[in-house]
Amino acid sequence: MKARPAWFSEAGFTATILVLSLLGVAMIFSAGVLEVPSQITEGLWLRQGVFLGAGIVGLLVVSRLSPRMFEWVAMPAYVLSVGVLAVTLVVGSGTGTAEGVKSFLSIGGFRFQPAEAAKIATVLALALLLARREDPPRYLRDLLTPAALVVVPLALVLLQPDLGTALAFVGIFFAIIFWAGTPWPLVLFAASPGVALILAYSARVWSVYIVLLAIGLYLYRFRLYLVESVSVILGNVAAGAIAQPLWNSLAEYQRNRLLVFLDPGLDPRDAGWQLIQSKVAVGSGGLLGKGFTAGTQKRLAFIPEQHTDFIFSVLGEEFGFIGTVLLLALFGFLFLRMIRMAETARTPFAGMFIFGILGIWFTHVFINVGMTIGVVPITGIPLPFISYGGSFLLMSWLAAATVVAVANADP
Amino acid sequence: MSRLRPQQRKTLATRARVFVVVPLALLVGVLFRAQVLRSSDWLLQSEENRLRSLVVPAPRGIIRDRAGRVLADNIPGYSVAIVPDQPDSMLSTLRRLREHLVLSGERLEDVTRQIQGRPPRPVLVSVDAPFDAVAALEERRSGFPRLLIQSRPKRRYPARELGAHVLGYVGEINEAELESGDFEGAEPGWIVGRSGIEATYESMLQGKPGTRYVEVDARGRIVGPFGGVSGVAEEPGTDIDLNLDLDLMEWIHHIFPEGMKGSVVALDVETGGVLALYSAPSFDPNVFAGVVSRAEWSRLVNDSESPLYHRAVMGRYPPGSAWKLATAAIALELGVVAPGDRMSTPCQGSFVYGNRIARCWKPEGHGSLDLAGAIQHSCNVYFYQLGLRIGLERLLEFGNRMGFGDQCGIDLPREAGGNFPEGVGYWQRRYDYEPLEGEVLSLAIGQGPNDQTPLKMAQFLVAIARDGSAPAPTLYGGAPAREGWWLDIPPEHLASIREGIHRVTQPGGTAHLSSLEHFDLLGKTSTAESGGGRPAHAWFIGMAGLRGGPPEIVVVALVEFGGSGSEVAAPLVAKAADYYLRGVHGIPRDTIQTLREYLVVGRNTAWAAFRPAG
Repeated sequence: MKARPAWFSEAGFTATILVLSLLGVAMIFSAGVLEVPSQITEGLWLRQGVFLGAGIVGLLVVSRLSPRMFEWVAMPAYVLSVGVLAVTLVVGSGTGTAEGVKSFLSIGGFRFQPAEAAKIATVLALALLLARREDPPRYLRDLLTPAALVVVPLALVLLQPDLGTALAFVGIFFAIIFWAGTPWPLVLFAASPGVALILAYSARVWSVYIVLLAIGLYLYRFRLYLVESVSVILGNVAAGAIAQPLWNSLAEYQRNRLLVFLDPGLDPRDAGWQLIQSKVAVGSGGLLGKGFTAGTQKRLAFIPEQHTDFIFSVLGEEFGFIGTVLLLALFGFLFLRMIRMAETARTPFAGMFIFGILGIWFTHVFINVGMTIGVVPITGIPLPFISYGGSFLLMSWLAAATVVAVANADP
Repeated sequence: MSRLRPQQRKTLATRARVFVVVPLALLVGVLFRAQVLRSSDWLLQSEENRLRSLVVPAPRGIIRDRAGRVLADNIPGYSVAIVPDQPDSMLSTLRRLREHLVLSGERLEDVTRQIQGRPPRPVLVSVDAPFDAVAALEERRSGFPRLLIQSRPKRRYPARELGAHVLGYVGEINEAELESGDFEGAEPGWIVGRSGIEATYESMLQGKPGTRYVEVDARGRIVGPFGGVSGVAEEPGTDIDLNLDLDLMEWIHHIFPEGMKGSVVALDVETGGVLALYSAPSFDPNVFAGVVSRAEWSRLVNDSESPLYHRAVMGRYPPGSAWKLATAAIALELGVVAPGDRMSTPCQGSFVYGNRIARCWKPEGHGSLDLAGAIQHSCNVYFYQLGLRIGLERLLEFGNRMGFGDQCGIDLPREAGGNFPEGVGYWQRRYDYEPLEGEVLSLAIGQGPNDQTPLKMAQFLVAIARDGSAPAPTLYGGAPAREGWWLDIPPEHLASIREGIHRVTQPGGTAHLSSLEHFDLLGKTSTAESGGGRPAHAWFIGMAGLRGGPPEIVVVALVEFGGSGSEVAAPLVAKAADYYLRGVHGIPRDTIQTLREYLVVGRNTAWAAFRPAG
């Protein structure tokens, strides 16, 4: 029994997420201040506050649990959450989706909930799997089981379809194999089919890429089995080949989102609307912002989802560059704290776990902020601690609690 | 992390820090560019996003008569418009609007076409929505997010039919007018003058529409006025005070023979100001205040009575004997006759010229007459000879100089000019023959190719009534006096013409029964052949003033197919002049005015005894 509770020894970390969460409640309050009052967004900040309270209580409880316990529950939790995801897919399939971006919200908490839990469960399972290895992964085949562990929930989430959350699973995978000490060329080879998928929009670019990849594999030939090199090439070719059918299988709104990312003016009324309006909101905030609750883009409801996925635009409009930099600095501080915690952790599981959570949050922050300002395509992914969403906030706090709990675990 | 060496762990942690910090720094860089470097662009765009400028129509200037009685003013009306959006959503709003607003098929087509053109500004559905429809729409406001209901002044003509032709009417500007550039700064939905004073003084009456900024939300709903940018207040149009006398118009309407068509013109001798400009039948210009349906329009246009036709300034009628005064004026100006001269051939009922026998209207003849006598008796034989003295060429030249082939220049649109041969080439051009000198016989007595508007005859008479100059008749009291034309005749010669027409209402004159108790009435009857076996047009052109004093008012009456000028038109002129002059000179008005009426009711008529002109 330690003299100080775990959360206290990580005061910087917990204080940061508390500040972020309070900022989130404030921003959700502001998002509800509209010229034409909307019953949908009006009292949401209170609900978020209640979930924050629950999160804090969760942190106090969970952070006191035995670090060993997380290793014990990792696999059962993973199996259970994947099962629930699968069930959700069946049950949720009956629910009609609304048009456009809103479809993400219409199913609401019910759809997010299993995915949020599954993310943490996947981090637990993956961390446990790699922590049990004697050595860092050295061959691609060493990454096969970890990859499979991630691909199952990822595929289930993709089928919902929820591209944003699926990307978080990708973040988990690469963050954990990175901290497991996987050589970087191996990480790149593992990522290469994804790159091929994107570059397939142009046959010429894709061909150049494949040649470069082959050269890379040739230089790295002594570290790989031949069959692995061939698999990487085949995987890339396959990714390039399915790109077109995959593109065609996307719903029109999904395709439009990707297209308007390249040219928002393409469809300024529908798909491009959100992007244009959120850029206008953030840009018009200027250096100091328009003042708390005073954002005009927000007040006049120009930005859909401004209390959830696009809450960053409200912050950018009302607090300006100072506000956005401060927010990114808070996240930066949080992430650097987590890297430090992983570095000093005394069990391999703790480091892996912390990096897994870091992978989730970092993916969320980068994609969310990036899509709001038009750096990455709109994928519908919330900003951790800030965006409205009870289950997401609660799960983030529980993940933080686990981070705190395992960070100080004795070997 | 026991399986990783501490050094390896440190390397990984450092790499991880780079992986985390670099993307975040990239985001900060993008934010710096958007929020600091390009902020003003985005700020502008956010202002544009939420601001919509609305055009606030300016109330048109008020039109009043000479006594300040309102002829045209504005009452509150409502316009209904659809704020720009996707054509599909605008059309669906339009569809639902029709549950509350009655729209004609053509209006619907027009609005639909405008919407499909992706208009940059609100599309007007109705410029004059009935109040109950507006109330119903306001109640369902939330169901019509793209609806814009604005109060909008609506034209009203309290004088109704009386003012119709003079005032004209207004209408929504059409595409051709918009493109014509005649209306400075005009935008769709503007109400512009289409006819009458409303058209002539459009630029004065229009005023300047204001601009109001409103804040709208993402769905185009108007949230409220925008505080940041002040709009431009609308400037009401300039008020216009006319020379017209509404009371006189009412009186003329009252005395004008029921069911007959025709017109009465009254001009102020001193200024040329138009005191009355009456045209029957008339119409109610209030039907044009809103949007006129094509059906309503065609009903008015196709009415066999032609109520839209402004007979006083557009109707051209053969002037008949009334034009003999012009012949006399030309002869005096040329000096081919002196007032006391008698013609070489006394009137014996006809006049032989070459192989042609031209008749006088009085078969037994008038005997030998001087100018005043010839005018009094309207003797054709005298005027045949007068015409011959003038000669065809000079008669045409002087007739044109007096503007008989032209317009008077009244401040109304579409005034008709007189039909009068521009020279001897007229016959060559029209009938392909050299006119013989004998043509002058017909012209001298007001026949032949000569048609004049009642207004033109009135303007001519004003010149006779004053010193020979005829200013352009004006309706607008503030209009600068415009020189028309003038007769170069010595005052005593003009007086002899007046002497002639004074005798017309003296005992023995054709219009004696129309003479007045308090005023001298001078005038000339004319019963002009209308052709086609129909009754003649009845003319009386007259002037009146205090006994012994100068003429103050010129009145011309024309009754289409009215028959006898002395019986139908002369009483109209007498009663109109009497009504006006009694008002001017503070004499109580009475409905018993002319000698005939005095005789009918048995009043003392001693005043009607012969009196030489003053």
